[in-house]
Amino acid sequence: MVPISYYLVLSGILFGCGVVGFLIKRNIISIFMSIELMLNGVNLSFVAFAAQWHALSGQVFVFLVMVVAAAEAAVGLAIIIAVYRNRETLNVDQVNLLKL
Amino acid sequence: MTPVATPFFFYLLSGLALLGGILVITRKNAVHSALALILTLLALAGLYLMLYAPFVAGVQIILYAGGIMVLFLFVIMLVSIEKSQREDQFNKQWIGGLVGAVALGALFVRVFVRSKALHDLTGMPMAQLPEQSNTQEIAVYLYGNYMLAFEIASLLLLVAIIGAVVMAKKRI
Repeated sequence: MVPISYYLVLSGILFGCGVVGFLIKRNIISIFMSIELMLNGVNLSFVAFAAQWHALSGQVFVFLVMVVAAAEAAVGLAIIIAVYRNRETLNVDQVNLLKL
Repeated sequence: MTPVATPFFFYLLSGLALLGGILVITRKNAVHSALALILTLLALAGLYLMLYAPFVAGVQIILYAGGIMVLFLFVIMLVSIEKSQREDQFNKQWIGGLVGAVALGALFVRVFVRSKALHDLTGMPMAQLPEQSNTQEIAVYLYGNYMLAFEIASLLLLVAIIGAVVMAKKRI
């Protein structure tokens, strides 16, 4: 049996990958994918704890997180399409209308 | 039922997940990133199966790998990738990214090392949840204790549908 701490380490590393991608990427779609990576890292730790404590609440939480991720992806990608139509770019550094 | 959760499968699946995660943040082409993310999602679905969560694994494959990632690929195809590929993919915030990653890693390591409860857990065998009735039990939770959360989630999905259509449409 693999102990729970291994799963938690993997989840932490995946979350870290997501954070690094979020910080260093410029393409707005790649930034979005980094956010999905972070959400999946958190989901893994939820499921690992649910298995450890024999509590199914963790799995219900993962289900709700997935619903929120789906809603976020739908709205976010619609925003990306709207931004691309207006500004003709996906580079977040060039979407700087609010910058002083 | 003998457990299938052998260390070999854990290392294989976690290696695939890490490979996908690293490819997501290093590839320049957004399509390659999306495909690497699908690899990570499928590996995570396998890990969920090892953790006695077949329902979550199924939802992960159907909803994430089948739904959200297809949406991502559609949007990547919709905007012109040739043009955006010529732009710089990485910004000049290597320092910020490095500092953020190191700080987060230090925090994780500190919590991991210092938490006494976690070390007590490590020796403890993991509970074997009944796989056959997993979906049924989640349904009981979802329609019992988490009724309000479930309803709010459905409302959130409705809002997301309307919002996506309103924002992506040229003229309403």
